[in-house]
Amino acid sequence: MALTNETITSRLQEKFGAEISGIEETYGMLSFEAPKALNLKVLQFLYDDPQLGFQFLTDLCAVHYPDQVGRELAVVYHLHNLADNVRIRFKVFTSVQEPDVFTATQLFSSANWMERETYDFYGVNFVGHPNLKRILNVDEMDYFPLRKEFPLEDQTRVDKDDQMFGRG
Amino acid sequence: MAEQNIILPAGSLETKTTTLNVGPTHPATHGVFQNIMELDGERVVSTEQTVGYIHRAFEKLAERRPLYQVTPITDRLNYCSSPINNMGWHLTCEKMLGVKTPKRVDYLRIIIMELARISDHLICNSIVGVDTGAYTGFLYVMQYRELIYEIYEEVCGSRLTTNIGRIGGFERDFTPTAFEKLEKFLVEYPKVLKEFENLFARNRIFMERTIGGGAISAARALNYGFTGPNLRAAGVDYDVRVHSPYSSYEDFEFDVPVGSTGDNYDRFLVRNQEMYQSLRIIEQAYQKVQAFKGTENDVFHADVPEYYLPEKQDVYTKMEALIWHFKIVMGEIDMPKAEVYQAVEGGNGELGFYLISDGGRTPYRLHFRRPCFIYYQAYEELIKGGMLSDAIVTMSSLNLIAGELDA
Repeated sequence: MALTNETITSRLQEKFGAEISGIEETYGMLSFEAPKALNLKVLQFLYDDPQLGFQFLTDLCAVHYPDQVGRELAVVYHLHNLADNVRIRFKVFTSVQEPDVFTATQLFSSANWMERETYDFYGVNFVGHPNLKRILNVDEMDYFPLRKEFPLEDQTRVDKDDQMFGRG
Repeated sequence: MAEQNIILPAGSLETKTTTLNVGPTHPATHGVFQNIMELDGERVVSTEQTVGYIHRAFEKLAERRPLYQVTPITDRLNYCSSPINNMGWHLTCEKMLGVKTPKRVDYLRIIIMELARISDHLICNSIVGVDTGAYTGFLYVMQYRELIYEIYEEVCGSRLTTNIGRIGGFERDFTPTAFEKLEKFLVEYPKVLKEFENLFARNRIFMERTIGGGAISAARALNYGFTGPNLRAAGVDYDVRVHSPYSSYEDFEFDVPVGSTGDNYDRFLVRNQEMYQSLRIIEQAYQKVQAFKGTENDVFHADVPEYYLPEKQDVYTKMEALIWHFKIVMGEIDMPKAEVYQAVEGGNGELGFYLISDGGRTPYRLHFRRPCFIYYQAYEELIKGGMLSDAIVTMSSLNLIAGELDA
């Protein structure tokens, strides 16, 4: 029997109950979130459960939502069950003041550099990571450049009227 | 006896291992890779990779760019097969916008993508040859990579950073010259590939150098997030083209070659076989393209006025076309709110695009899943305990592309 999104949802809800929230299906991919304290438990369950078997970490990255107070940073895991060929997206949110999230390096060796990259750009502190330091940027950097408070273009420019282009 | 003037670093006589800095621009590494290796004689005890020397903040740049301005960024990821990156990006946009491409576009795209795969594998395999001491193969196959580049040039006008295609299709139809060149390639290349294979595949020296070097088990490769030929060499038949077909790959008949040991030799063989499979796909795609009759034969893009640049002549003569042209060039079209992940089988693994749009004109967040960034972390495990010279071969057989690694 093929693994469907409904099966995954019901298995997760059986195990974690109301802790699993934000369940949605966008473009065919199941997406859900859990409290950040539970991220390893959920990943481990997804990995070990014989029916689910999400044992391949496709991608790990972060997103910054400065307007969501208390849950500014999202850490997004893309997981893949290669046998049944199902992909899911799993998110945990954390505040930007206390960006501590447990590391997934014990479960996936591939998480090592991806977490370092996420730390490098967003400052997510992966608790328990064996070597959490900057990877793509220089070690001396003292800010996290992909956060939204660093706009790309100089916002003080006055020679350009963006109203003309409907940007405002 | 003259006095010796060599000043040894403090404690060097007691230290049994040597620290060797390989890179960042070492002649034996193809690209900017730095490895700080701890050597015991010629054996590698440990290594620490430094990456990021050519980091260009693509993900940040993409947040200020409308969709079309992101395409040239994708060129510069894996620049050995940039058409695949371009197509992957367009597929991501199409998925977000719900654009359905005509079959002819899909097949033409497949021709280009498989040509790109061949040129990517060709470079990788011939570089493995160079690093094991056989320069001939590399020089010989360059001629055919050139032919592939000429085909790109016919289709899009550029060769390396192609910026090929548009959302919904191609910027122009394939010219008869492009098809002529493709036919020439299909006739001449298989013989060259066979000859190239003969130079290496059963070559005693090459086999001795590559068998057993840089081996990884299937379980470890999966745990390390390997994809593409490197994972298949370890014996896992995961191929995005088969698992989640895009661009009508499901219409084609091809095999997924797998290895068993995951060592440098298997990686070489898997890539070599994949080139034959790519040729098979191109032949089928070309036949399918030729089978289109009448108006179907002229289709080279889908009808998406919001994202597909109108004909230049119409821009000069029609108001609506002029408006669309302006809006597209300036990137003034708001995207729908969406969260999309689209993967394609790149030259060296699963190339993923994770796009979040908040309904604005530029992506809210764009993350590239770069396959070689993910599997390069296994490098230390692959070369530990081996010889330094094998470490160099392992590095080239992993098909690491600095542009993709550092993004």
